[in-house]
Amino acid sequence: MTSSDVYDETSIATVEDPASADVAGNAAGAAPVAAQGTLGREAAGSGPELEDEALALPDQGGQGSSHAAASRADRLRSFERGDHSTPSSKIEEWRFTPLRRFAPLFEDVAGEAAVEVTVSRPEGAAAESTLGAGEAPRGTVLVPEDLPTAIASARTEQALHLVAPKNTELAEPFRVQSVGQGAELRGHGHVVLETQESSAATFVLNHTGSAQYVQNVEMVVGDNSQMTVITLQDWDDDALHIATHHARVGRDAKLKHIAVSLGGSAVRVNTIGEFSAPGGEIEDLGLYFSDENQFLEHRLFVDHAAPNCTSNVAYKGALQGQKARSVWVGDVLIRKAAEGTNTYELNRNLVLTEGARADSVPNLEIETGEIEGAGHAAATGRFDDEQLFYLRARGIPEQEARRLVVRGFFAELIQQIDVPEIREHLFASIETELARSMN
Amino acid sequence: MSVLEIKNLHATVETPEGTKQILKGVDLTIRGGETHAIMGPNGSGKSTLAYALAGHPKYEITEGSVTLDGEDVLEMSVDERARAGLFLAMQYPVEVPGVTVSNFLRTAKTAIDGEAPSLRTWVKDVKGAMDDLRMDPAFAERNVNEGFSGGEKKRHEILQMQLIKPSMAILDETDSGLDVDALRIVSDGVNRAKENTDVGIMLITHYTRILRYVKPDFVHVFVNGRIAEQGGPELAEQLESEGYDRFLAAAN
Repeated sequence: MTSSDVYDETSIATVEDPASADVAGNAAGAAPVAAQGTLGREAAGSGPELEDEALALPDQGGQGSSHAAASRADRLRSFERGDHSTPSSKIEEWRFTPLRRFAPLFEDVAGEAAVEVTVSRPEGAAAESTLGAGEAPRGTVLVPEDLPTAIASARTEQALHLVAPKNTELAEPFRVQSVGQGAELRGHGHVVLETQESSAATFVLNHTGSAQYVQNVEMVVGDNSQMTVITLQDWDDDALHIATHHARVGRDAKLKHIAVSLGGSAVRVNTIGEFSAPGGEIEDLGLYFSDENQFLEHRLFVDHAAPNCTSNVAYKGALQGQKARSVWVGDVLIRKAAEGTNTYELNRNLVLTEGARADSVPNLEIETGEIEGAGHAAATGRFDDEQLFYLRARGIPEQEARRLVVRGFFAELIQQIDVPEIREHLFASIETELARSMN
Repeated sequence: MSVLEIKNLHATVETPEGTKQILKGVDLTIRGGETHAIMGPNGSGKSTLAYALAGHPKYEITEGSVTLDGEDVLEMSVDERARAGLFLAMQYPVEVPGVTVSNFLRTAKTAIDGEAPSLRTWVKDVKGAMDDLRMDPAFAERNVNEGFSGGEKKRHEILQMQLIKPSMAILDETDSGLDVDALRIVSDGVNRAKENTDVGIMLITHYTRILRYVKPDFVHVFVNGRIAEQGGPELAEQLESEGYDRFLAAAN
């Protein structure tokens, strides 16, 4: 009788013991510790599929520099659109991305009224304000690392500025509701979120409807403040969305960033967090559910530039249906100055049906041996026939069995979301996603 | 009282070398309260019989019939068979990541009974059954079979049997790989289920050792896809001293 190890640890690379000079030595310098896992029945045939997506678009801006930098720290940052080359599969950070699908977002054109934005502020929040280009704090944290981000930065005249004032704790969240007005409409957005010294606030960014939307989210996490950001990509099936979230975390400050991607045709969220002073903490959580023909990409970068900071990254995704795709790339850089760093990143994928594919790449660069801990793990498991048989042999009907496994898989993450209505919404969304696969 | 009737059961499996006939006409009737030991050499098809009865998709039934209390088992889906009263304690239970033992047991119990168990008695029942099987309470919060030792997996299977209370239980090599202490604990669990319910048991085993703890009413020697000989407990003693050679020679 066969028994299969369904939770296949296809890849794990861990640096657990910083005291080990050997491990730290290997991880330091130019070559990041990389591990890559791919799973799915298509995995063997993945080469051709990637080639198919590897469309080199005509170079529209200047020469630009190749972004295939050896260290994550070396990546070009510039507000000049001309400094960024057009995304191509030859560039490391675009190599998994279906460029043909995202192509409209690489065109440097003026935005339309593609997204209707409604903002609600909690009691105690600062008055409504916007920031023009170059008006601080806009542009002090987020400096574009790629072309679409630079376009959105240049093409957004006024950025929304949401502020929790010094020493205030806001009980209710800020809510930014973005409703796409049509899949053919191109739009840009820029939001600056700020928690001033010793304040606390939650920001919920919700995206529904459809649009071709490039969005920059800049997060200024003041000293000793606590910021929670929840971004929900709940788009209709034909939306395109590229988002860059960039945070700077001050002394003894804490950022909890949660990305949830369930909808959209193709969604790419790039989340960057850097520590500017000691004692900071970043928690990056994410959840995604990719359906038939859906592409969901999450990239993370935690930049430990200051000592005694902590970061924890945990992303989980489920995939179902033909050509359901997900990409997760988690970069962590521990710079020479960042002694006493503690970091861990994790990505888990659950492949529910054949024809789906998850890519998972953790990268850890360590430039100092004086750290508390650094580790990463990535694994992709398949919900397979033996698992289904086991549950059904206990009387549990097939649909219920799938629900049990998927709910269990996500529950631990969802419990960490402090806004009850979002927790309920997510459990309901997962039920809806599962119901789709059963039809 | 439940009756499981297997008549002239034939089953095949697809292998890289083509379709292979594994079960070649199995006849067996098990009544509630009876314990039947199915003994045989490796590769004789014992486990196939167990999995074919539970409805594993890997095996195709090509001939014969199986009924439980007159109902056609072969027409039922895997979960329908379980809800009809059939239970299979697996030799190699799989891991179910993200699902705790506690959640799994409650979901299974609810599915089998058609309604959620009363919370108060359920918590007590689970705790009692776990105590009986010398399982640490922390076990309930672990993910199903994830990181379980061989003994823990078997105890977990018997725990399910105690709580689900099937009318017919198939124990597939539940004794294999257990040390004497674990074997005694697992056997006690089986005997408790026999005392407390009218369960019929098909005890599939390669070794005679478990029969010292779980007393069979009937012993069947399973060779080459069918039952070659049957008798009472004395047949097991004969097998213990003589082994399977006589039957293997006859089959060839």
